[in-house]
Amino acid sequence: MSGFRLPEIDRRLVFAIVAAVVVFPIFFRLSLPEVPSTIVMNVFDSVESLPAGAMVLMPMDFDPGSEAELQPMARAFVRHCAEKKLRITFLTLWGTGSQMIERVTKDVLIPEFPDYQYGRDWVNLGYKPGMESVITVILNDLKKTFPTDVSGKNLDDIPLTRDVRNLRNYNLILSVSAGYAGTKEWVQFAGDPGQIPVAAGMTAVQAPLNYPYYPRQLKGLLGGVKAAAEYESLLIKKYPRYEDQQKYRFEALTRMGPQTFAHLAVIGLILLGNATYWINRRAAQGGA
Amino acid sequence: MKRTVPLIITFIVGTLLIVAAFVPHYPFDKWNNDFNEFFNIIQAFAFILGGANLMRMHGRRLVERGAGAFYSGVCLAGFLGMMTVGLFKLGNPAGLTGDVDVTGSWFEIGYRYLFSPTSATIYALLAFFIASASYRAFRAKNTEASLLLVTAMVILLGRTFLGPVLTGWLPPSLSFFEISNLASWFMSVPVQAGNRAIMLGVALGIVSLSLKVILAIDRSHLGDRG
Repeated sequence: MSGFRLPEIDRRLVFAIVAAVVVFPIFFRLSLPEVPSTIVMNVFDSVESLPAGAMVLMPMDFDPGSEAELQPMARAFVRHCAEKKLRITFLTLWGTGSQMIERVTKDVLIPEFPDYQYGRDWVNLGYKPGMESVITVILNDLKKTFPTDVSGKNLDDIPLTRDVRNLRNYNLILSVSAGYAGTKEWVQFAGDPGQIPVAAGMTAVQAPLNYPYYPRQLKGLLGGVKAAAEYESLLIKKYPRYEDQQKYRFEALTRMGPQTFAHLAVIGLILLGNATYWINRRAAQGGA
Repeated sequence: MKRTVPLIITFIVGTLLIVAAFVPHYPFDKWNNDFNEFFNIIQAFAFILGGANLMRMHGRRLVERGAGAFYSGVCLAGFLGMMTVGLFKLGNPAGLTGDVDVTGSWFEIGYRYLFSPTSATIYALLAFFIASASYRAFRAKNTEASLLLVTAMVILLGRTFLGPVLTGWLPPSLSFFEISNLASWFMSVPVQAGNRAIMLGVALGIVSLSLKVILAIDRSHLGDRG
């Protein structure tokens, strides 16, 4: 006769648990404290150390699938650069990236920084196919691949880009990416050969693949919503006007509630899975 | 001739690009840029080829009414619908000369209300499958599985505020054992070492394969299976 056995949990019950733990903090708007890690602080410091007017290239290489994870980072980067009065150039190597640029500029840059002028303080070069070969070309000649901005205006007629020859004119590349082509390519084909500092934000699954470049080739990196929340907390601490959470939406901090509860649910499920395995194994050995 | 000319082109282009990588001066830097420009132009043709291939694959499945014909129909409808709306700027308030994705255009509406939420939903479904897989896969069946389990638990806890809360009371001399620090250590030492090893291996493999292609030892790009 075999001993006490625990039944395996039905897959649908696991799904229901995950749904419940994700929905609960969304409804109750649970926000949790964040302690910034060194790697996140390094990204923050890379931006913070730049003088007003410095040039920042912000490639937005992601799509709507990873928007929930990366748009908060993009917004935090844009807010930080605008606070520092840096001059931002947006571009994307992803066909779906143009809308990501549009969203961050329309939702954050234009309404929150009305003094920031298109053409003088920021410019959008839009999308160009070619992945890393685009990077290779613009490293030496930006206007060869991007003769105009996204609206078709010649870069020589835009004050911000008039004197820009190539990527070496930029003080920092602040990449936000979800895969290929992304941060890795910006490091390999622009940062390294052009000696341009690169810092980045990326999805959590992509972060381990980019760790080998940290800290020499990559000044710092944000991996997933957790790191974005840490960056947001640094931003709030440094610029007190962001403490008004009714006026300014910090999505990563909000999303950490569901993520934390989901992680706890996964931990609980792992423990339960192990308990089931060991109890059933013992029961099987006892019955053998 | 049919085989020799492509092999000579491969050899010349490959050798030039290698030299250009190590000699970033005129004329090599110019040639490097020109070749990359050629690549960008060729890649633009790949879009046409890709579109045609998609039409052929799903069109055949739809005509034959085989398994998944309905999904092929949805795929083709989405592809042709968005392409037509985008190319001819249908429903675009800015007209034919305006941006394709100007606010309020059909293209922008399709992107915002169809493509964007669908992509986000599919990505979000991962959370459910990861939770289910974690329950079944992370079991301490042997030493390797136990190590994986411990690492997963540390990383999971380290990615939440609970990490610092649970072990924040440790004295400074034991701060390494704080869960958030342990999670960072896992990411920056073992993960980094493993990834670097894989990357170096891959890079050496690419160098070896590239040399074989340049020197015409490997001719698989010409359809040679030998």
